Amino acid sequence: MNGAMTIVGYAIKESVRKKMFLVVLLLTGVFIGLFWLGTNELFQEVDDISPPAGIDATTLVGATTLGLGMFGTLFLGTVLAVFLTLSAVRGDAERGLLQPLVVRPLGRATFLGARFAGAVAVCALYVIAVYGATVAIVQLEGGWEPDRLVAPAVELAVAVSILAGLSLLGSVFLSATANGVAVFMVFGAGLVAGLLGQIGEALDSETLRNLAHDASWILPFEALYQDGLHRLTADTGGFTGFVLQLGPFGGAQAGGDRLFPWVVAYVALLAVVALAGFARKDL
Amino acid sequence: MIFSAQGLAKRYGRVEALGGVDLAVDAGELVGLLGPNGAGKSTLVKIAVGLVRPSSGTATVCGAPAGSAAARAALGYLAELFRFPGWYSADELLALHQRLARSAGGERERRDLLELVGLSDARDRRVEAMSKGMQQRLGIAQALIGSPKVLFLDEPTSALDPAGRRTVRRLLEQLKDRGVAVLLNSHLLSEIELVCDRVTILLDGRVVAEGAPSALARPRGVEIETDEGVRLFDTAAREDAPRLVEELVASGRRVYGVRVLTSTLEDVYLEYVGEEAA
Repeated sequence: MNGAMTIVGYAIKESVRKKMFLVVLLLTGVFIGLFWLGTNELFQEVDDISPPAGIDATTLVGATTLGLGMFGTLFLGTVLAVFLTLSAVRGDAERGLLQPLVVRPLGRATFLGARFAGAVAVCALYVIAVYGATVAIVQLEGGWEPDRLVAPAVELAVAVSILAGLSLLGSVFLSATANGVAVFMVFGAGLVAGLLGQIGEALDSETLRNLAHDASWILPFEALYQDGLHRLTADTGGFTGFVLQLGPFGGAQAGGDRLFPWVVAYVALLAVVALAGFARKDL
Repeated sequence: MIFSAQGLAKRYGRVEALGGVDLAVDAGELVGLLGPNGAGKSTLVKIAVGLVRPSSGTATVCGAPAGSAAARAALGYLAELFRFPGWYSADELLALHQRLARSAGGERERRDLLELVGLSDARDRRVEAMSKGMQQRLGIAQALIGSPKVLFLDEPTSALDPAGRRTVRRLLEQLKDRGVAVLLNSHLLSEIELVCDRVTILLDGRVVAEGAPSALARPRGVEIETDEGVRLFDTAAREDAPRLVEELVASGRRVYGVRVLTSTLEDVYLEYVGEEAA
């Protein structure tokens, strides 16, 4: 246990020391700044909008901007998760960083688990902090709060943790560059599937909806993101709810009761494959 | 037996890196591993420390299967190509490895090790601010954390200057006196010849020669300096020297010096692996 905690500490220290972490922090600052500016502008214009009867313009703007904020948070969190883990095994072995650590009486499974825990700790904290900032900005500028405050944050954190797990798994088999490209393509595939689902919702296309549903089960980080988006306006009904569903972040699907058990099983499956690969790997 | 390998073989796809190697290292013994690039030296060391799985054969460290936690707890290792995170200071890096090796040595062990490798003044210096030679010395200190029973050193002096090499040589002699077994993989034949009790020469994954450097050396004649100049008796052995001197003196020659010639480890090495492979 002591060895595992040492590697967790090592992974966290490595994470915050990397120049990439500084880049992500700078990008986050830019994102938060632009988000604040945009939110401020939008809510200033809400007063001038005369929406049709039954539509709450504040809810419409608040939910849409926070949906955009969630998308930005997920993207930045993914960048962080991928860059913290993409070279954890093969990349570090090629550079000679891994060997002095794994010859210690620690166990490769413990090492990999601890690297994952370290990455999750950094990414989850980051995602929750950025999400919290976007919620605070929307609340400050427009006085609007999502219907569910905590669950979307947790789901974003878990979604980014899954991507960290995928990247860690990839690092066992692929070089750092190939792994980075692969994980971003998987992330992109998830986003495209989500967009197709929203288009399917707007067009009432069963095929597109099924396609997005199946993709979100294969890539559960997307299902978690969609579920989080859905929870922002879970209690919003009527005409406002209908209009929100037509918007860019409104057609999100609820994950259902089986989502979290599936996420647990999915992470366990990733762990089994990664551990089996790492245990057999010649370094 | 501290380290033992029996019939150790390793294949990487179609390439045979090791073809059934037997090797044993006793406590307090310093064994040099020699061979040209691709001979299988690093593969053998990596199997011993659990970084590579053998295709067949067995290897044990202090009686435990190589790669097991018990085996890894008993060894120290310095890889040929290694890197430490640049943001650690020398002291922090050793502290990290103390925690991983479950060493209770604390600050005293770290201080002693840094002094042993001549890095006392660099205790708080970051790895990224160290020269390659300093990093290599820090690597040796790292390998000695937890007082291992056996050390596997893969090219430990490749980046060191002559003074650094002498430091490592003295260190190896101290370790030997303490009963630590060392398997030293190096291209520096003069180093091996100076410090090793035995050498094992690998070629194409197989042991082609093994023994003490003096036992592997071949006689190359006797050289006698007389008033007529230096005369070489190339078929003579050490035992022939007194008779040759007597004969020369009897024939009226003045003898100023006698040298019994033997091949160096380099000669032996080149004889076994061939000039081309070397």
